[in-house]
Amino acid sequence: MMQPDKPLMTIDPSKRAQPLQDTPQRRAILKKLRSKPSVKGAVIALVLLLAVVLLAPFLSPQNPYDLGALDLMDGRLKPMSEAASGMTYWLGTDDQGRDMLSAILHGLRISLMVGLSAVVLATIIGSLVGLVAAYFGGWVDTVLMRIVDFILGFPTILVALVLLAILGRGVDKVVIAIVMVQWAHYARIMRGRALQERKKEYIEAAKNLGFPGWRIMTRHLLPNCMGPVMVFATIQIANAIVLEATLSFLGVGVPITEPSLGLLIANGFQYLMSGDYWISMFPGLALLALILSINLIGDRLREALDPRK
Amino acid sequence: MIVYILRRMVQSFLVLLAVSLVVFMAVYAVGDPIELLVSAEASDADRQAMIKRLGLDLPVWLQYWSFLTRAFQGDLGTSFVHGIPAIELIVQRFPATFELVVVAIGLTCLLGIPLGLIAGLFNDRPLGRGLMGGSVLGFSLPNFWQGMMLILMFAVWLQWLPSSGRGDTVNVLGVPLSLFTADGWSHVMLPAINLALGNIALVLRLTATGVMEAKTQEYVKFARAKGISERRILTRHILRNILIPVVTVIGMEFGTLIAYSTITETVFAWPGMGKLLIDSIYKLDRPVVVAYVMLVTFIFVMINLLVDLAYAVLDPRVQLQEAP
Amino acid sequence: MTIPLLEVQDLQTVFHTEEGAWPAVSDIDIRLEAGEILGLVGESGSGKSVTGFSIFGMIDAPGEVTQGRVLFKGQDLRELSAESMRKLRGDRIAMIFQDPLMTLNPVLRIEEQMLEAIDAHQKLPKAQALQRCVEALAMVGIPAPEKRLRSYPHEFSGGMRQRVAIAIAMLNRPDLIICDEPTTALDVTIQGQILYRMQQICQAQGTALIWITHDLGVIAELADRVAVMYGGRIVETGTVAEVLDAPRHPYTQGLLNSLPAQATPGERLTQINGMAPSLSGRVPGCAFAPRCGRATPRCVDEQPPVTTIPGRAFRCFVPLEAPAA
Repeated sequence: MMQPDKPLMTIDPSKRAQPLQDTPQRRAILKKLRSKPSVKGAVIALVLLLAVVLLAPFLSPQNPYDLGALDLMDGRLKPMSEAASGMTYWLGTDDQGRDMLSAILHGLRISLMVGLSAVVLATIIGSLVGLVAAYFGGWVDTVLMRIVDFILGFPTILVALVLLAILGRGVDKVVIAIVMVQWAHYARIMRGRALQERKKEYIEAAKNLGFPGWRIMTRHLLPNCMGPVMVFATIQIANAIVLEATLSFLGVGVPITEPSLGLLIANGFQYLMSGDYWISMFPGLALLALILSINLIGDRLREALDPRK
Repeated sequence: MIVYILRRMVQSFLVLLAVSLVVFMAVYAVGDPIELLVSAEASDADRQAMIKRLGLDLPVWLQYWSFLTRAFQGDLGTSFVHGIPAIELIVQRFPATFELVVVAIGLTCLLGIPLGLIAGLFNDRPLGRGLMGGSVLGFSLPNFWQGMMLILMFAVWLQWLPSSGRGDTVNVLGVPLSLFTADGWSHVMLPAINLALGNIALVLRLTATGVMEAKTQEYVKFARAKGISERRILTRHILRNILIPVVTVIGMEFGTLIAYSTITETVFAWPGMGKLLIDSIYKLDRPVVVAYVMLVTFIFVMINLLVDLAYAVLDPRVQLQEAP
Repeated sequence: MTIPLLEVQDLQTVFHTEEGAWPAVSDIDIRLEAGEILGLVGESGSGKSVTGFSIFGMIDAPGEVTQGRVLFKGQDLRELSAESMRKLRGDRIAMIFQDPLMTLNPVLRIEEQMLEAIDAHQKLPKAQALQRCVEALAMVGIPAPEKRLRSYPHEFSGGMRQRVAIAIAMLNRPDLIICDEPTTALDVTIQGQILYRMQQICQAQGTALIWITHDLGVIAELADRVAVMYGGRIVETGTVAEVLDAPRHPYTQGLLNSLPAQATPGERLTQINGMAPSLSGRVPGCAFAPRCGRATPRCVDEQPPVTTIPGRAFRCFVPLEAPAA
């Protein structure tokens, strides 16, 4: 006789009651409620930086690697000084007469290159290891995870330092060192996630259909586990960049012929006491801007992807 | 329980063994071991003598064995540069690093926890948001650059604090410590701040998120319904729940701080173990590098063991099995 | 005539969103004498819990109490400072929440959580305070109370924890306890025991209760008077006997009809059509109108005023007939 789910009367939405618009504490409460500044600022900054970095060869007034173009007489000039050739040294010069702006642009390039390639490699290697460990379980899992725990037990800086002490200097060696210390993180994350997914029914179904292990791992399991790994990877880009800068600063990273930001800062260290701050400060600020924008985006990303929402 | 302790101790020992193997392989087997162990300036005769003495003409596994036995006796090689046993060199420098790390941990607690409490309690106001945002800066700033900026600001521009070196020391039980002199404190402040900044940011965020979560718990509402003062709610109800993870993290960070002291000591010319490591890498003083790695590994393994044991003692409810 | 223990006049509480401030409850009038038990009945979303919290002064952002007076022993609670309100809570007015599992702090002993409730309001020597705690635990039926004081909350079952919460509420002999669905999360048998205890204690100590629930059966057993809520308003009040025997508001009738006890075996259970509206989905008039079999267009557009007869009140343009005299 009566249908349980439908109301007796359908109300036109425009006839609904309207909320109040003014109460004593409304403004204060709304201020508290408003969410944090959006991620837009960070994304814009990052895109700008990326653009600048990609266009570095075209944008720099000078090629900082061309030793012939450097004039020692122009060494340690303040920002906004003029060169004999009429060019303006916007951010001053270092002790070799290198234009800081150009050096920073090129340095940013190297930093980004190292950071990205290290993270990509570490993600690939780590994810693979984690996937294999989770899928096969048993002693494979135990052995692999022991290695992972072992590596994660030590602070990255130390391991990287010692590795580079053995390997020597060079951009490629720095990437190798960073990858070696970072892949373990990805392995652990991927394994954790894969273990959860492995128990789900669609994997069971795939197994029953007789798909080979490799196919299940890569086509079925992998895409569903990428989430947390990707979020972690974005954060790690910043870490990798800082690690490279630190290693270069300590003198075990990139060679002097291709200075990254870390090395530029190291070069400027000795002049800090005499007040020539720009040689170290500006590369540092550039590095900071890069890292901050990456970190802020990573932060927002993690908030947005929070499963609790 | 005893079984657990024994198991962990065996594991730790295995880890040390594994590290020794890796280090041995890295130093002795990769590249020319003679180059690595014998100073480049040694004469031919000296070289032959060294080869004989170090047994470099023996098969690899025998070399490893002699390396191990010597390591157990505390002989991890002699420094090329300083001419004294590497271990002795490192131990000499240990008090300086230790001081630095202790002050850094002190700063972390004194600043990180209270600021985190404020950030968590006022997270809907500009103050709280500002602190959380500022903390991102804390661990985004590259350690070394931040140290240099500290020197620039406080030593060069303001001239409040010295820019490098360690202060005057006082002998306490035969160990020279600088924390007992005013001069010592003025020298340790900047490097300690530099070392601690990343940690302060971490602890701040940890405390803040802990507080924000605890704030919304039912038991806090119920405590308010009982008419308990806000102050007591904070100290007894909220703090108790967040302090355990925070203290654990601080404890674990002790090892990380020792590692990062390499950077701080380089920037501030602080005569500790970390600076020794960097200098040794520069000067190709391999025995010292080896000794450093072994010693720091040992410290780490010990710290991990202690933390695990502390957990087991403090909280018997915790399952003491390996994670699945 | 003595002042009633609690008199709520014209209370309104809103919840803020970007679109505006939606009234969660409006025009709330309640009158409670000392020692009386009032049942506040309604389904989820009716605003009964909000009413309880509003009286207790624990509405947090984005909520805001915008109108009305809450007169406790003649004093308007809304005018009090935060500190004065804090002193009243746990002392003269207490509150018990719905979920017993998280009401007690898991890392503190029961003893501490009870002692602090006493300590916040008066300075008693510890032995005396402990004695009071033991008596309170015994009163709610916790066996071996001296030993259980040293326990942690996780050592108690849900029902026991709720009893502890009741014991804490009673520690300082409050004049009024607001109970927000305290037995909803518990087994029916436990519920029965707790109801029985509450009744005894309140009769013995003369404590007034506001018992918030969706269960009419509980009200029938426990309460002296009942207020039925729908869509943020009280639609009917009266003594339990009168309201349950002869309801005037169609919603009350609907509630009564849908009680399983009322059903004829073999036939379909009666339900009220449709669902309760959300905060933003109400009509300007009577909130129940869209679901009411007796509704007229006037009901949808206009808010029915309160019709008061001695000891009874309801809001309806088309009330059910009064019983023959």
